[in-house]
Amino acid sequence: MSLKGTLNSIGRALRTPKGAISGAWLALVVLGAIFAPVLTPYDYDIQDLPNAFAAPSFAHWLGTDEFGRDLLTRVLYGARTSLSVSVLSISVSVFTGMVLGAAAGYFGGAFDRAVTIFVDLTWSFPEILIALILVAIIGPGITGTMVAIAVAYLAQFTRLTRAQIMAIRSETYIEAAKSLGARDSFILLRHLLPNSLAPVLVAGMLATGDAIILEATLGFFGLGAQPPTPSWGSMMSSGSALLFKAPWIIVFPGLAVAITVVAINLFGDALIRALDIKTRLREA
Amino acid sequence: MLDYLIRRVLLLLPVFLAVSAIIFLILHLIPGDPVDNLLKVGSGPDARAKIEAKYGLDQPLIVQYGMWLGNVLQGDLGTSIITRRPVSSMIAQVLPNSLMLGGFALLFSSIMGIILGIVAAAYRDRWPDQIIMGGVLLGSTLPSFWLGLLLILAFSVQLSWFPVSGARGWESLVLPVLTIGLGGMALVARVTRVSMIDAASRDFVLLLHAKGLSPARIRLRHVLRHALIPVVTILALRIGWILGGAVTVEYVFARPGLGLTLIKALAQHDYPVVQACLLMLAIAVMLGTLLGDILQALMDPRVRSAMT
Amino acid sequence: MLLSVENLGVRIGKVEPLSSLSFTLDRGEILGLVGESGSGKSLTAMAVTGLLPLIGGRIAEGAVMFDGTDLSKLPEDRLRPYRGKRIALVTQNPMTALDPVQRIGDQVDIMARLHLGLDAKAARARTVELLTRLRIPEAVTVCDAYPHQLSGGMKQRIVIAMALAAEPDLIVADEPTTALDVTVQAQIIHILGELVRERGLALMLITHDMGVVAQVCDKVAVLYAGRLAETRAVGPLFASPHHPYTTALIDCIPREGMARGSLTGIPGLVPSVMSYPSGCRFHPRCPRADATCERTIPETRTLPDGGIVSCHHPLGGDHG
Repeated sequence: MSLKGTLNSIGRALRTPKGAISGAWLALVVLGAIFAPVLTPYDYDIQDLPNAFAAPSFAHWLGTDEFGRDLLTRVLYGARTSLSVSVLSISVSVFTGMVLGAAAGYFGGAFDRAVTIFVDLTWSFPEILIALILVAIIGPGITGTMVAIAVAYLAQFTRLTRAQIMAIRSETYIEAAKSLGARDSFILLRHLLPNSLAPVLVAGMLATGDAIILEATLGFFGLGAQPPTPSWGSMMSSGSALLFKAPWIIVFPGLAVAITVVAINLFGDALIRALDIKTRLREA
Repeated sequence: MLDYLIRRVLLLLPVFLAVSAIIFLILHLIPGDPVDNLLKVGSGPDARAKIEAKYGLDQPLIVQYGMWLGNVLQGDLGTSIITRRPVSSMIAQVLPNSLMLGGFALLFSSIMGIILGIVAAAYRDRWPDQIIMGGVLLGSTLPSFWLGLLLILAFSVQLSWFPVSGARGWESLVLPVLTIGLGGMALVARVTRVSMIDAASRDFVLLLHAKGLSPARIRLRHVLRHALIPVVTILALRIGWILGGAVTVEYVFARPGLGLTLIKALAQHDYPVVQACLLMLAIAVMLGTLLGDILQALMDPRVRSAMT
Repeated sequence: MLLSVENLGVRIGKVEPLSSLSFTLDRGEILGLVGESGSGKSLTAMAVTGLLPLIGGRIAEGAVMFDGTDLSKLPEDRLRPYRGKRIALVTQNPMTALDPVQRIGDQVDIMARLHLGLDAKAARARTVELLTRLRIPEAVTVCDAYPHQLSGGMKQRIVIAMALAAEPDLIVADEPTTALDVTVQAQIIHILGELVRERGLALMLITHDMGVVAQVCDKVAVLYAGRLAETRAVGPLFASPHHPYTTALIDCIPREGMARGSLTGIPGLVPSVMSYPSGCRFHPRCPRADATCERTIPETRTLPDGGIVSCHHPLGGDHG
């Protein structure tokens, strides 16, 4: 699909009510994350103990945490961590999955079998389990979280790309290109990958929503971003012990995760409809 | 059928070997000396020598794996660095809690999910369907630990209906089961709805109507039976997903179990315990998949024929 | 008269794929309903069995008189006692007609249990007897089999057994042999013909094969693009077809002694529901069409032999 066609589809998705609302929320979150320093007068890690546990008020819209830090500020800065970790690790996962899947689907043979074994092996295990194994090896922190997310979703993209490539590999125009003496790399890059791009990218977008949850879960376990770096998950981790005293410490970062993930799913849905790729996603 | 069962179990063997190898390797992949990672800080040289002998740490990796696997298969999962207790007894103590939680959550999500899926399919594109599918989207996107915390806030703190944490009595099971179950229910409802709609459009359903059977009988005895085949497949594939939910939820509710033990051990770098918990969870996932395959074969004669 | 379809019109959403269809059928008779695919044959079957709502359709006008009752006016719950018990259906594709996860015996038994009130044992005995009657070898074993273990011809016999089990008055068979091998086709058609003579059933046989019609039917209704072209007794129809479309269909039958390659097809295609032509719907493909055919819908004319034809310029001379 051409760039223009893709942009048109995104435009069509945005014009549906679902797409417009979810798109607006996502834009809001991204802009909020980028412009966090300008948007709030507070600092995310400067303690203000006299104001600890303040309930939501005019001064602190979402209240303050146990150190008196403004929650809205921390949710905005948390968005920076949560979004960048999820988007980056899913991008790596999508890229690696496409390379593996395309090579496996196009060349077949022993390499394809090895990739298939890997995919089948990881497929039946829950992402959180795979992520915990990796965090156990690499150790807690942002690096561990990113590797864990990237590996946990790798099977999905590999599988999807492979299925797309297999489906179009034997179509006439590919055969024609081959018979004209085109090189494998040329056929792969010029014909096969562009045609399998849309479903994989949409799947990647939907997986970003899952990745945000996974990041938040690891953070909640205390295995993600380490203090004082705020992330949505780690904010809730410290807040869970204070559930009775200051529920807002838990409620607002959780809401940020929930609404963002719902928005990503709705937007993905609108995009699937606009691109008309429902069946291609389901085949895999 | 027995033939089918044996074949399925044999297929799981390589998966088990691969997964156990990865879990075994954790100890060697983490930074630092494996012996140090198996010992409490400040242990004497005696303890050191004992560990080295037990795990054959001077041997090649593959031999070490063999020895480790041999120990595991005999029920020796090593000794916890922190508690100094045999890991197997720690696991044995918490395993029933996790099994109960996982089992009830699975039961809850299947029953509720199937009912909601049937209702949504029957009212396709009308308001009951739209409400259910809206709830399904929420249920599958809310982080389960957050949902758990909100449930605690509402039912334990505000209403004091259920205990906040622990694993004593039936009341302590309600909120954890709900927390995992709502996500699972969403998944089951979505799959049931799609496959009910799909099954209802099959040719043979037309003939069932022509035979003069009542619509209720057709829907429950024929269409639902068909629709459940993919539901069982998905449930089996995602059984690990429910177990994964159990890990999170045990932590939220401070409920003694595999998940809580695992997260604690991860934080304390208690590697023998980490390995044992991961291994148990992996085995549970594999057994779940096996169970799903068996159920599928029981439900679909075509699958049985294809395997013999 | 057992079945009398009068001026039947069927609507699906905004389109009317079938209109002003009339024919009659009595006990012991076989009516062939012929036409190319898309002519409305299957819709007629659905209308007679009351299954239109399942595909989102409804009877918009006319009546389906069955044994004195207008089925088109009955609500669903009063219609159901007719289904299976008095009017049975044999569907087109035996491969997909049976529930794949139920045993054959159970699927046939239910008819006698539900409609004749037999207990499980008596119903099974009846099933075995029926299957044996339909020349299914080892009927007892077959009862324990699942559909995927049987051949297509065998499955179609099971479907026919199901249709017969509750002793209906009318069987509607929608292209019962299309999906089968030629030799099996002949067997199935033969069995159906035998049953009608033996039990005094009425059979509405939907087919696109004029050869089959000539072989077993007593009368014929020819449909074209959702309208009746001609309905006659079989003898007169083949001797002197009046509608040019009927002639064309008859010319499509391969005959013995015919030179290879001399088989004539009908040029053009059946128009789709969305684009029915004005006037006589056959005019774009008709060799006899003129300006009148393009503008006005031909009226139905009753022939001296009791048949009906709907054409501005019928063949056969005596009624210009």
